[in-house]
Amino acid sequence: MKRTIEIRDHLSELHHFQNRLAISAGFVLFLFLILFARFFYLQVLESTRYHTLAEANRISISPIVPNRGLILDRNGNVLAQNYSAYTLEFVPSKLADFEATINELTTIIPIKEIDRRRFKKLMEESNKFESLPIRTRLSEEEVARFAANSYRFPGVEIKARLFRQYPKGKSSSHVVGYIGRINNKDLAELEANKDLANYKGTNHIGKIGVEQSYEKELHGIAGFEKIETDSAGRKIRVLSRTPPVSGNNLTLTLDTKLQEIAERAFGDRRGALVAINPNNGDVLAFVSKPGFDSNLFVNGIDFKNWDRLNNSIDRPLNNRALRGVYPPGSTFKPFMALAGLELNLRTPGYAISDPGYYQLPGSSNRYRDWKAGGHGKVNVHKSLVVSCDTYYYELANELGIDNISKFIGRFGLGKKTGIDIEGEASGLLPSREWKMRRHKQKWWPGDTISIGIGQGYNLATPLQLAFATSIIANKGTAFRPHLVKRIQNSKTGQIFERAPQILYQLNLNPDNLAIVRNALIGVTKTGGTAAKAGVGAGYTFAGKTGTSQVISIKQGEKYDEDAINERHRDHALFIAYAPAENPSIALSVLVENVSHSSSAAAPIARQVMDYALLGKLPANMEEKPVDRNRENEHD
Amino acid sequence: MALGLATLYSATGGNLARVTNQAVNMVAALVIMWLVANIPLQHMMRLALPIYVVGLILLICVALFGEINNGARRWLDIGVTRIQPSELMKIAVPLMMAWYFDKHETTLLARDYVVATMLLFLPAALILRQPDLGTTLLIISSGFYVLFLAGLSWRIMIGLVIAGAGSLPLLWSMMHNYQKQRVMTLFDPAQDALGAGYHTIQSSIAIGSGGIIGKGWQNGTQTHLDFLPEKSTDFIFAVFSEEFGIVGNSLLLVLYLVIIGRGMVIAANASTQFTRLIAGSITLTFFTYIFVNIGMVVGILPVVGVPLPLISYGGTSMVTMLLGFGILMSIQMHPKLVKT
Repeated sequence: MKRTIEIRDHLSELHHFQNRLAISAGFVLFLFLILFARFFYLQVLESTRYHTLAEANRISISPIVPNRGLILDRNGNVLAQNYSAYTLEFVPSKLADFEATINELTTIIPIKEIDRRRFKKLMEESNKFESLPIRTRLSEEEVARFAANSYRFPGVEIKARLFRQYPKGKSSSHVVGYIGRINNKDLAELEANKDLANYKGTNHIGKIGVEQSYEKELHGIAGFEKIETDSAGRKIRVLSRTPPVSGNNLTLTLDTKLQEIAERAFGDRRGALVAINPNNGDVLAFVSKPGFDSNLFVNGIDFKNWDRLNNSIDRPLNNRALRGVYPPGSTFKPFMALAGLELNLRTPGYAISDPGYYQLPGSSNRYRDWKAGGHGKVNVHKSLVVSCDTYYYELANELGIDNISKFIGRFGLGKKTGIDIEGEASGLLPSREWKMRRHKQKWWPGDTISIGIGQGYNLATPLQLAFATSIIANKGTAFRPHLVKRIQNSKTGQIFERAPQILYQLNLNPDNLAIVRNALIGVTKTGGTAAKAGVGAGYTFAGKTGTSQVISIKQGEKYDEDAINERHRDHALFIAYAPAENPSIALSVLVENVSHSSSAAAPIARQVMDYALLGKLPANMEEKPVDRNRENEHD
Repeated sequence: MALGLATLYSATGGNLARVTNQAVNMVAALVIMWLVANIPLQHMMRLALPIYVVGLILLICVALFGEINNGARRWLDIGVTRIQPSELMKIAVPLMMAWYFDKHETTLLARDYVVATMLLFLPAALILRQPDLGTTLLIISSGFYVLFLAGLSWRIMIGLVIAGAGSLPLLWSMMHNYQKQRVMTLFDPAQDALGAGYHTIQSSIAIGSGGIIGKGWQNGTQTHLDFLPEKSTDFIFAVFSEEFGIVGNSLLLVLYLVIIGRGMVIAANASTQFTRLIAGSITLTFFTYIFVNIGMVVGILPVVGVPLPLISYGGTSMVTMLLGFGILMSIQMHPKLVKT
């Protein structure tokens, strides 16, 4: 009895169990079906989408940065070139504590204070996902040492990059300019020009000078590599490759030797010099002193150097030749003389009796000549040779402001010359309309008088003065001044020679022109204001001296008492061309704050002319051939 | 298992050392399986209580002196080697529960279910504290299968399910942040595409891009370019899937089904309550491994650390799994030795 119950119990239990087991089996099948449904969804229905995702995962397009074009001077001397070097880079935002990383890196690779400062500045200027160099130009040994320790520094990489280098960095910095890391402003501009794709992978862009204005030529076209990568972005293999097209090489009109001579001639003085070939507008020398070393900017300039350059009282970053505006002073007079002759207000024979001052009719206010007591009898020739002010006070009054601004405006004063680098200042050639617009005042006859001697509201850049001089030198043709002479296509090797561009032709009476040109030769002869500079020149040297009055100092500049006094001094100016009969060079020189204004600028011009025309080196340069070689090697 | 080795070979990028290592694991596990298969079940029944007690003590030791690894306290250093007592409990818990039900076979009362439940939840709670959600869930499910198969009434089971659902908020609040994160990313992997969702997204891509016949052995781009995380362990199914497609997947499911079916047949034919419950529980737990792992890899379950049986790299789980099979075989081999 008991046993049967037990057996029955067993049987029912077994039955019960098998029942439950069957339910479980159903459950298992059901869940497996769900899995299968999911497989079907992923692998059949959505397969294409996931396939694309997998491909996107593994294939990445990587840009190949093109080589930037070279910049050469007219004789083939290298002004800007590339070299490849290793950098140590990382993305600061990807590291938990990049300062700590830098400190640790220091134990392997020397990282100087200047590197850290530069890095900080780079961080401020770039977006947070950019890979930034903490050290550039690693030596082979440093590369090896890092490679051995790289496991300690996840996220820090050694990269081979092309660097820009300016062999004559300190010499022609204002012309050649420099490249710098692309900042947000550059990015916005690239985006606006739809150039962004071409700059993927490019870190640098031209910031000023030729590097900036010829960016399109120099940059080249980026190439692309389709590469297979793993999840860490490591390159597995290259699937296809479109090679980049290097940037075009530029040959400048500049003669670096001439440039160097001009810079040396300035010594420690501040100033500018622009030399132009009046027959085609080639800019032969373009000096702004003091300069700076372009190489400092390439990898990002550090705070300290930036501070030194940017806040220096000497303003080395200011391109004085292009952007510095100064009253032209007496260098204005040849143009005034031409105006008087061309507009038939003066004849060559007309002469004044100079008492040493000028009075407007009906006024007791005296405008003084620079020479007390005057120059005696002065005709147009003598007025230029001795730089008589009284002659031009009277002439200015008779011409009137309208004639002056109209006639002299034709020589390019008061407007941009259109040179092929950016940032040119337009100077100021005052007019009635300008004064009304600017000062809300009518023009008074008294305003005109000081305009006649290049003072007053008058402002010109050294470039404008050189340009205006070149028009007198070539008897009336205005060539657009330009710095780039030749562009060589890096792909085809084809050379595009830049043709001289005639802006306009002035129809000047040859007789009037001859009078002024003769007088300018007289300036460098005995009795002329630049007689000293003309002594022993083996060519006819035409020029005109000038003094530019420094009226006030700009607000906000701080310097000591001595400096104030020094900076109150006048600027010396000189415009010149030679050989006078058939000039091949026309120039303007400006020397800031010199005590003996007339004698400071002309000798600089003379040195430049001597080399340009005779190949003669200044005495101090001939003596140090070793030094010159060293400078050529210098990076 | 050969399939497992081949997939592992591909997953490790042709790393023969690891494959060999795994093969050694397999051989060791097979030996254990064979040994266990030869143990008559009476011995096993006798061992159930001591194993369970030892396991429980070890778990308590882990809680007190365990080594912390990856933020979890799971290992116990016993001088010679390190052991993971929670693995042991995967077998010990169903053994113990089955033993208990067998003992009280004739007089099953509600009280017995309560006791059995206690036997289950005590170690589960200890393991959950380690924390090891995956193992906890597997142990709870293995215990639950015992309860279910032992004939726990539907009403109580429904009650348990409701109670379980009711305790979800409580469980949620007790969960670690990373665990919550895993659950959240299940619903929207893209919200944390580079963090917790990365696994799910990349494995979905791997599986989806495998298509119908797959990319071929050793040709999975997701696998070989390192996009797939944990590809030789928990996510090995994604490797398999990418390289062999839905055809391979279906084949694998069928193979698993055959094993499960065989286990169920053994359970159905077993002669005692103990062997039935053990066989059923082991089989269903095996299934649970498969479902939870594949479910996680295909993105329908949260990411929990559950290996794919017989395929994932790792010695311990292989041993546990084959130990279970050993028990199944023993049940099959010694039917007559029971109840004399």
